[in-house]
Amino acid sequence: MLGKTAGGLFWMFRYLERSENTARLLDAGFRIALTRSTAAENEWASVVATAGVTQAYTEKYDQYVARNVIDFLLRDKSNSSSVMSVIEGARNNARLVRTALTREVWEATNECYITLKDLLSHPISERDLPETLNTIRQQSALVRGALHGTMLRNDIFDFARLGTFLERADNTARILDVKYYVLLPSASFVGSSLDNVQWESILRSVSAQRAYRWLNPGDINPMGIAEFLILDRRLPRSLVFCYAKIVDNLGYLEEDYGLRLDCHDMAIPILNRLKESTINSIFDEGLHEFITAFIRDNMALGSQVQQDYRFIG
Amino acid sequence: MQKSQTIFDEMNGEAGSVRYPYQDYQKWLETEDPARLRRKSAASEAFFRRTGITFNVYGREEAAERLIPFDIIPRVISAREWSRLERGIEQRVRAINAFLHDIYHRQEIIRAGRIPKELIANNDAFLPQMIGVSPPGNVYTHIVGTDLVRTGEDQFYVLEDNARTPSGVSYMLENRETMLHMFPELFAQVRVRRVSDYPKNLRRSLGDCAPPVCDGKPVIAVLTPGIHNSAYFEHSFLADQMGAELVEGHDLRVVDGRIAMRTTRGYDPIDVLYRRVDDDFLDPLTFNPQSQLGVAGIMDVYRAGGITIANAPGTGIADDKAIYSYIPEIVEFYTGEKAMLQNVPTWRCAEPDALAYVLENLHELVVKEVHGSGGYGMLVGPAASKREISAFRTKLKAKPGNYIAQPTLALSTVPILTKKGLAPRHVDLRPFVLVSPRNVEITPGGLTRVALKAGSLVVNSSQGGGTKDTWVLEE
Repeated sequence: MLGKTAGGLFWMFRYLERSENTARLLDAGFRIALTRSTAAENEWASVVATAGVTQAYTEKYDQYVARNVIDFLLRDKSNSSSVMSVIEGARNNARLVRTALTREVWEATNECYITLKDLLSHPISERDLPETLNTIRQQSALVRGALHGTMLRNDIFDFARLGTFLERADNTARILDVKYYVLLPSASFVGSSLDNVQWESILRSVSAQRAYRWLNPGDINPMGIAEFLILDRRLPRSLVFCYAKIVDNLGYLEEDYGLRLDCHDMAIPILNRLKESTINSIFDEGLHEFITAFIRDNMALGSQVQQDYRFIG
Repeated sequence: MQKSQTIFDEMNGEAGSVRYPYQDYQKWLETEDPARLRRKSAASEAFFRRTGITFNVYGREEAAERLIPFDIIPRVISAREWSRLERGIEQRVRAINAFLHDIYHRQEIIRAGRIPKELIANNDAFLPQMIGVSPPGNVYTHIVGTDLVRTGEDQFYVLEDNARTPSGVSYMLENRETMLHMFPELFAQVRVRRVSDYPKNLRRSLGDCAPPVCDGKPVIAVLTPGIHNSAYFEHSFLADQMGAELVEGHDLRVVDGRIAMRTTRGYDPIDVLYRRVDDDFLDPLTFNPQSQLGVAGIMDVYRAGGITIANAPGTGIADDKAIYSYIPEIVEFYTGEKAMLQNVPTWRCAEPDALAYVLENLHELVVKEVHGSGGYGMLVGPAASKREISAFRTKLKAKPGNYIAQPTLALSTVPILTKKGLAPRHVDLRPFVLVSPRNVEITPGGLTRVALKAGSLVVNSSQGGGTKDTWVLEE
């Protein structure tokens, strides 16, 4: 496979994953803003921060208000992480790697683009937001479904999955990074309903509120949430789950190519650290420090994969 | 316009009769509900958009990707008509390859005084870098798209030879796919020759031209300028269908005297490069130094026999519009036979007598730039305003050598489906020809382009033309 093709697949699926994550973040933020209008501005600010686009946002707007945040994260082409930008990026990469995709995956991606381009051609009102976010998640799910249903399990699939899980791990880590203070023991001490809303919101932004309730009926606490998002191997958006997948997919590539590369030596220690940690050891070390280090390692692994498999010349 | 000439319609003959190639189709059509046809027509557009069969239009920000309109009424050619065309095209393509070999070696045709020396010496399409180079198998034009027009029952003319990188073959294939998808029952009633073998044949034909250095199964790659190129869909389509890699210049470099592509495991050599990049951009070391689309050093590798480039660099000298008018002489010179397919009569404006005639008759001629393509920079006299004609006259006088002129042909028509039912529109035809050391192979049919505006003669997709499925009937 061409190095460029591997890179195109990796980015295509990073972008698709990002569109879905942005939709979830907006959904969670929107609920808080609806229920607690006084704190809405803070909530929108943290949504923008989690999406990693604070600087670009503040260059354009002075205040964090729903209309601007929604527009910036969904439609703004000057925001390279807006849903429209990343969907266009995903499709351009799909065009680039067209020969590596089944007709089903290509058509699902193309349809996702056509649908969202139409849907996001006008500003989205708050009233239409839930419906719009739903469509975004559905479209991204259709591409994933086509991928799972029709693609060979070979190196093409591995690069697609590496992009998905590196992006997902980054997203979950950034949610924790921005919201770590609501999960700290000092905050839980207060135990107000205010915290409860925040905790729910964190779970909602990774679509895990139901799952958490199944596993912990009647008990919602910050340490439990942090443990769930970082260390639970059953949750498909937890850090440890993402890294188990990353290590698997890198392992298949190693086996397939008969080549062990630097990225393999980097990924395994990251997974081992997650496996060996307990939530207590993480809080002892400092949640914030732990997450910051994770984000850095995850980014470094992304560049190493790019270099080892010659995405660019 | 053209009131003096009668226009030949390929479906509807004289006195309400249906011409014989269309008789089976007509029978089917009579049983079809017009409303169903219109629904199918709308469905075909959705089908094309979903599959992403689009082309990019330069110079437009929004709607950068457009669909080429597809018309669901096929253009039908009988077996007899086709076999005549086939022989004529093969003769012409063989002569063009012989001409290219000669012009880059001994130039016998010039020594024999059959074409003027200046035509080559002062022509940008002639590449001195190709002098003395013999491409593998002596094939220069691996792929040709010969543009034909028709004016009567037996009158076919070659409009252009397209010996560089003809495009459109993906539309030929997808148009047929679409028709099969929408009207499967129709193909049970009318015996139409297949076109779907084209990608397989292309792969074999290119593989047969692999350089001697290739051992084992030839590695083929398609070189595209990238996803923003107007024909990118076609490049990826062909690579996909052939099972070849789709590469860009930055995927390639010279490694150990071969052109190699950067893969996830290292650099792998390529045997045959089907390039969809113009000569000028092929090698920044040899041609345009600004080019980012090619590969530095590929011409040295090519001259040393390390790779096959399809089509060979320098083939443009054979489809140059100034050379075009000499093709009948070229065919005779190399094959010893009269050309079976006619040229459109052509005035070379470089010649004073011709120029005088052209200036006198601009209102009824089509004037083309010698190096232009895609319908840009041309004057269609009968359709032009007085002001356009006078502006063109100034350009023509300033650089007569830049232009040729041809009579406005009464192009044949084929019906298209309009809101008000069937209506005739002008068409042309581009069959696709594959050349290997073993044979010349022509896919039965080709791409029919159709002017969608009533009376219009401009069929180019960049100027609002559409396409049709083209049927060649079985014997």
